[in-house]
Order: sequence, then C-alpha cells, then structure tokens
Amino acid sequence: MLNYTFHWNQAFKALPQMLDGAVVTLQIALLSMVLGLAIALALTAFRLSGNRILSGFATSWVEVARNTPALFQIYMAHFGLGNFGIHLSPYTALLIGIAFNNAGYLAENFRGALKAIPDTQARAGRSLGMTPIQAFRLIVLPQMLRVAFLPATNQMVWAILMTSLGVTVGMNTDLAGITQELNARSFRTFEFFALAAVIYYIIAKLVTLAARLVAARMFKY
Amino acid sequence: MIEIKNVRKSFNALEVLKGINLTVNKGEVVTIIGGSGSGKSTLLTCINGLEPINSGQITIDGTDVHAKGTDLNKLRRKVGIVFQQWNAFPHLTVLENVMLAPRKVLGLAKEKAEEIAVKQLTHVGLREKLSVYPNRMSGGQQQRMAIARALAMSPEYMLFDEVTSALDPMLVGEVLDTLKMLAEEGMTMICVTHEMAFARDVSDRVAFFHHGVMAEIGTPDQLFGAPQHPDTQAFLASVR
Repeated sequence: MLNYTFHWNQAFKALPQMLDGAVVTLQIALLSMVLGLAIALALTAFRLSGNRILSGFATSWVEVARNTPALFQIYMAHFGLGNFGIHLSPYTALLIGIAFNNAGYLAENFRGALKAIPDTQARAGRSLGMTPIQAFRLIVLPQMLRVAFLPATNQMVWAILMTSLGVTVGMNTDLAGITQELNARSFRTFEFFALAAVIYYIIAKLVTLAARLVAARMFKY
Repeated sequence: MIEIKNVRKSFNALEVLKGINLTVNKGEVVTIIGGSGSGKSTLLTCINGLEPINSGQITIDGTDVHAKGTDLNKLRRKVGIVFQQWNAFPHLTVLENVMLAPRKVLGLAKEKAEEIAVKQLTHVGLREKLSVYPNRMSGGQQQRMAIARALAMSPEYMLFDEVTSALDPMLVGEVLDTLKMLAEEGMTMICVTHEMAFARDVSDRVAFFHHGVMAEIGTPDQLFGAPQHPDTQAFLASVR
C-alpha cells in the first residue's frame, strides 16, 4: 500500500464519461421504479382479489423477490432466460431484474400501508353514500400513499445501487460498467471506483432530498 | 319513517339482536340506552345497511334496506351516521372533510359544496377551523366536524352511535349541545347513548336494550320515572 502512488488525474479526466454513465444508471433506476410500482399495484390487487391463483402468484413473486439475491434475479433475466432462447440485452435484463425486485418489495410495502389505514375510514366514507371504489380512491388511497412513500424512496435508492450489478451480465454503458472498463484499461482501481462511489452517493442523496421535498408538498397533515 | 320489524342479527354463534321491533316517526328523537353488548350500536349499523341482518326487515320511507335490489349508496344519503370514533379523514382539512361527499356523492359544484360545508361547520361552531387539519383539533371538535360532515348531505334521518363515549369528560358537553340543537330543529334522530341526563332531556321516547332484546320503551318520564321491567330498574340503579 505504501508503494502505491495515487493517479487521480486519470480518474478526473474520465469524469465526463462517468457522468454519461450516471445518466444511464439513473434512467434504468427510474424505469425500473415505474415498472416496479405498476407491477406492485397489480400484485397488491391480486393479493386482495380473493382469487387463489392470482393471490398465490402474487405471494410467490413477493417471496422470491425478497428472499433471493438481486444478483441472481438479474442473472436469471439474462442467462437464465437465454437458456430458453429468450435473449435479452444486458440493458433490458438489468432493467427487468431490478423491476422484478422492486415489485416484490413495493408490493409488501403497499400491503403494510394498506393495513395501517383503519377499516373505519372506508366505513365512514361508505356511510356518506360513497361506493366502495370512491371510498378507496378518495379516502384510503391518499392515506396509504403517505405511509408507503418513504419506504418507496428507499427502494428507489436501492434500485440505483442495484444497477451496479449490471456489470455481471455485460452491461457497459452505466456508471458501474464504464468504471469497470476504465479500470480494466488502466488498473487504477481505487481511483476510479472511489470516484464512482462518490457519484453514486451524490445521486442517492439527491434522490432522497427530492423525495423529501415532494413529500413535504404532498402530505401536509 | 324508519320501521324495524322483528330484526335478528348474529355474529357467528353470538346472537346480538333477538327480534327487535321499533318504529321511529319523522321528527321524533329516540334514544337507546343499555349496557355494553346489548346490541344498541349494532342496530344502528343495520339501519343504514353497513351490517347485514339475518332475518326481519328494516324499511326507511318504505324502502327495504336489506332487500337485494336496494341502492344502499343512495339510501345512505338520507340517513347520516356519526360514530363513537369520529373517523375524521386525516388527509383533508376540516372544510375538505365536509365538502368531499357533497361533491363526489351528490355531484355538487365546488362553490355549492363549499357553501353548504361552511354553513354546517358554522352551525356546529367550527367556522374558525375551516383550513385546519383534524389532528390539530380536540376530540370534541373532531366529533362536531363529523356531525357537520353528515349534515352536509342534508340527511332526513341521523343516527348517533355513542358519539360522546370516546371523549374527555370536559368535551362531552359541547357535542351534546350540538345534538340538542339538532333535536330542537326537528331532525329525526336515533341516539345510542350512555348520557342519561341527555336522554331524559331530548328524547321523545327512550328504549332500554338488554342482551339483544328491547326490554322496555316509553317516554323519558315513564322510563326514568317508573321503569316497569326489572332489568331496566337494575340498569338505571347501577348508572345513577
């Protein structure tokens, strides 16, 4: 270690390239959240449907997503499906793997949020003449979103960090992929990864901050 | 007119209403008293169809509440209910709480719904609280808001389910005064209550429930002055 001479200049010269990668990282994370939220809503509806097949499907999804490594989930999307002749690009496989993971965690988050709203709230709505759907949409859902919002923000941060697993399926355009390629060419591992880590850190912090500002505007009570 | 005929209601093996008969006429104030678990509150939730019944019939102005084709959402517009736990909608301001159902259920324009809401909130003494969120108010204020919220639908009947039971003793008076005001204005009301003085003051008739049976009903003077049924006598002796 004492013999090591830092070469930060090389890393800083590559900064524009790495920032381009960061944009791809953020893009995958955002897309995976949008997909994850949509699927999680569907899974939540399936679990509440009372239909055995639908709720069994949803429960299996949640169980697998939450209790197996995210790395395996991404691997399966790329190499696993490849065995069946479904060949996804590293970008798509990474996106699908993370969306799968997000959906599982978010569905569980929604279920908890739903449980946190007392039945008497919907009942009060019904007693004012609302239909079940109105009572859910106007009374339960807005309260549920508030409970689910901060955990969903954590999932977004987690999604950003999970994108780095893309290097294992050959992803080379996101921040981790670009960093890995720069490293392979220069062997300045410490400098490149330290700089990449700082960029991940800043993105994660900015997302958290943005979420707080949104929450403060949306949930005034 | 609300007509309750031989209504029976069970929760699993437990029969909580064992053949209730009661008719409440327009403009009448009927209070129901009795011990915990006597079926009083259950009857109210059966009247507006929040709970199904096992047998018997409840009709409101001739409409059978529990018949298959009955539009309960429509029926509930004319039967307001206020619960022991006021169930304020925490994500809405006081004004929005009261405006919500007139807008979304009755389909009124925003201005009209607001006008009605402000009028009802003024009526219950919350004119100063329009833009406040419910959790910033006392239980008594939230309960008065819940009353205004029900009244904003212009109901013809009001059901009050132990609306003061969850309140601080200091706050009971303000809510009871609101109910008295409504009674004096001629609202048809069924109140389940543990407040005997209130029952005596406002009621046209008082019913005593005991173990799912309406043991006795009469004017306040009859029921409190000369109770006939031994269970009524025992209950009144215990609460005095």
